[in-house]
Amino acid sequence: MELNFTGTDLCAINGTRSPAEAHYGVVVIGAGRSGTAAAIEAAKAGSSVLLVDENPVSGALMGNDVPLYFGGRMTAATQNSERMLEAIFMSAPALEQAMEAGAEVLLGTSAWGVYRNGPGVASLPDQVVGLADSARSWLVGFDRIVLATGARDLALAFPGWNQPGVMGAAALRMLLTRYDAFAGRRVLVLGSHDLALESVLLAHERGLEVAGLIEVRDAPQGSADLVAQVAAAGIAIHCGQTIASAKGGIEGVTAATLTSGEVIACDTICVAVGLVPSIELVDAMHGPRALNPARGGYIPAGGETVSAVGSCAGLADTGFDHIAYRMEWMRALAAISAPDTIICQCEEVTRADLLGVQPPNYLSRPAPMCARSLETLLEDGPPNPDQIKRLTRAGMGVCQGRRCRDQVAMLLAIAADQPFGMIPLATHRAPVRPIPLKIIADWHENEAMTAAWDVWFGIPTQWVPVQDIGTRHEGEHREMLYTGMYE
Amino acid sequence: MSGAEVVIVGGGVTGLSAGWWLARSGVKVTVLDKGIVGWEASGRNGGGASHYQSPLFDEEHRLWPQMDELLGYPTEHQKERIIIAMTERQWEQYRFVAERHQRLGHPVDVLDVKQVQDAVPLAGDKCFGGVHYRFGGHANPQRTAQAYAWALQDLGGTINQHEAVTSFETAGGKVTAVKTAVASYGCDSVVVAAGPQTAALMAQLGIDVPLAPARAEMIITEPAPMMPIGGVDGHKLYGRQTMRGNLAYGGGPHEWIDVGEMGPAARPSTPLMRNLASRLAELLPKAAHLNVIRSWAGVIENSPDGRPIIDRLTSPDNVVIASMSGVGFGLSPASGHAIRDLVLDGACSFADISILGLSRFANLEADWRERRGWMPIA
Repeated sequence: MELNFTGTDLCAINGTRSPAEAHYGVVVIGAGRSGTAAAIEAAKAGSSVLLVDENPVSGALMGNDVPLYFGGRMTAATQNSERMLEAIFMSAPALEQAMEAGAEVLLGTSAWGVYRNGPGVASLPDQVVGLADSARSWLVGFDRIVLATGARDLALAFPGWNQPGVMGAAALRMLLTRYDAFAGRRVLVLGSHDLALESVLLAHERGLEVAGLIEVRDAPQGSADLVAQVAAAGIAIHCGQTIASAKGGIEGVTAATLTSGEVIACDTICVAVGLVPSIELVDAMHGPRALNPARGGYIPAGGETVSAVGSCAGLADTGFDHIAYRMEWMRALAAISAPDTIICQCEEVTRADLLGVQPPNYLSRPAPMCARSLETLLEDGPPNPDQIKRLTRAGMGVCQGRRCRDQVAMLLAIAADQPFGMIPLATHRAPVRPIPLKIIADWHENEAMTAAWDVWFGIPTQWVPVQDIGTRHEGEHREMLYTGMYE
Repeated sequence: MSGAEVVIVGGGVTGLSAGWWLARSGVKVTVLDKGIVGWEASGRNGGGASHYQSPLFDEEHRLWPQMDELLGYPTEHQKERIIIAMTERQWEQYRFVAERHQRLGHPVDVLDVKQVQDAVPLAGDKCFGGVHYRFGGHANPQRTAQAYAWALQDLGGTINQHEAVTSFETAGGKVTAVKTAVASYGCDSVVVAAGPQTAALMAQLGIDVPLAPARAEMIITEPAPMMPIGGVDGHKLYGRQTMRGNLAYGGGPHEWIDVGEMGPAARPSTPLMRNLASRLAELLPKAAHLNVIRSWAGVIENSPDGRPIIDRLTSPDNVVIASMSGVGFGLSPASGHAIRDLVLDGACSFADISILGLSRFANLEADWRERRGWMPIA
């Protein structure tokens, strides 16, 4: 086949991408306190500013624990998007100031990816952030992006955790303070550091029954002032123990059994052991990040055009080692949980299968497969959560690892007898929020991309059957499937 | 040559399959990889196993249904493919391909719209028709790569991860040792199956292997209800429904890049995801409401004609090279067999693979990449 090369590959990406739909001097992701303040400051300094926040997310997404670990304890009020929007504006007066300062504010709009040219990609016409609301997705260009994505709940597995009523502290706070949409009545809290103490004080103040706190260490961990307030409210802190199991019925949790054997009635178990800075966007864009145990986990390491503010930049450093604390919890819970305890809820991966590096149940496990485990895998190299994920599916579900990625890393560290920091951070990938095909789709594709689209590389010789090479069929193949390429 | 030592450079599916085939023949095998097995294109592809264009196709087709049993580990191999046309032009093209298969003796059915909807529950009524390949199939790339690695170890082979090959020692027209930063591995034969890094490695031996790396992207959705045949694509997409139910699809424009000695610096995905999503939503409209939960990219090297290079060199004469030009995963059961034959017997026992020889590029222009427009964006 004679090919006439022209110096141009008609199927390459070059010049085929759509430009961003809009461009702002500053885009701020997250309209919490820090993000809104950043937006106001940038707007006052004269920048064109876009402030986006994914809240309120749809009821369906909340059911998938996006963005926080709601544990199914939202009331039906969360299904009413107008009420939810109103609730956000009522709870955040600074949003109006941002608008008055000239910032454009979009709520119910998630940021699912940040893209810029760098190693491995040079084809982007602009640095862009991908946004989506309930109707469509689009790209927005920026000079500078401020990430104010907050912190998400650390989830921890114990027998019975995979049922409605087990939730996170940040989710509880959001349902109580912002939406007034918490469906529980009687809350048991795991942890006794400031996060846990603040959670019970809030619940108490909102008229909920607080069934107590459980602390794995021998003494309460939070500030003396908060501990005193909790004591004054008559709330018990059960130290030196963990939760052994959660009992439940059709509506979820009904009681918790402690390792002491004590049974505590409750409809909600709030895991308040820690928060994890939400660095999904930074990591998915290959931005630098580093582990900082005093600030809650991996935090963005900064950059000229990308900055982080608020708890996504790290929790307030009080000298408390969050990693050591959550590792102690994980160790204790793993010790009292049966091997068949589910770790990844989406993919129903048990701890035994995670540490056995076994495939999901719909696949066979012949004898050689059964003989494999993390132990044999460690003979080949250090533990890597992405490798374990590929084999076991832990973290591959629709929650995108929000519930299990931290636990998987901790369990690998414990099983491999290595410090937490030696376990690589499992990769985040765009879209960092689950977004339906029809929403994330580009329904107004650039003509140049349509023209360049081939199923593979568009190389006329690549898929000619070997029997046809040198026959008239070779030309027919090219004419039919590769019209115009190197003609 | 039983008892001989073969060092394999590159723990992708091609190198691992070659190692496994050699180990099955009683050869002592050591696989060296810069990172983790199957970490590059081997674990980042569409999982297709239907490479009818290749001289290795018959062997690919013969082996895949047996692979779980032969390896002792699950690969998630599933038989057959259905390709759906969403435009009149695609319909014309896919029927052309179907006719070609009939001529070549590959069983294929042409489906009308109703038959497509019956066979593919997630399809809609806006398609023009489809073709059903009653051959080929697909498998899980990541699981398969690890399966080769484990099977190879079960036969006594060694895999050293995180140990990039830096150079070779030669004597008497042979490579006598393969060196890494930490060790030197004496060898009787060497297989170089190092993806895009193959070119730089072979340059050290004075061999010009023309390869151009490019980045390609895929997306995956949350699980959909299981379809009777998971190997459904078309609309200029490639991909499959996994055995878990997720829809994993790729296609569209690629980006030519350069790759260093340690492989790709990064494998970023881009907003191309949105163009994959629109096509997938059109191809399988009853899945359009499903969430996309991940995207990823991989780096593929192409030879100038897009066909694999599998060859045993004449000097040094104990080196076999394999670079698969974007079809390495599906062909891996067969390419490993071919490489085993080249190492042990000097010739492929089951197919004429002369078309895959390196000599076809003997007269290649020095600026072959520029001429094709296969250069990275400046």
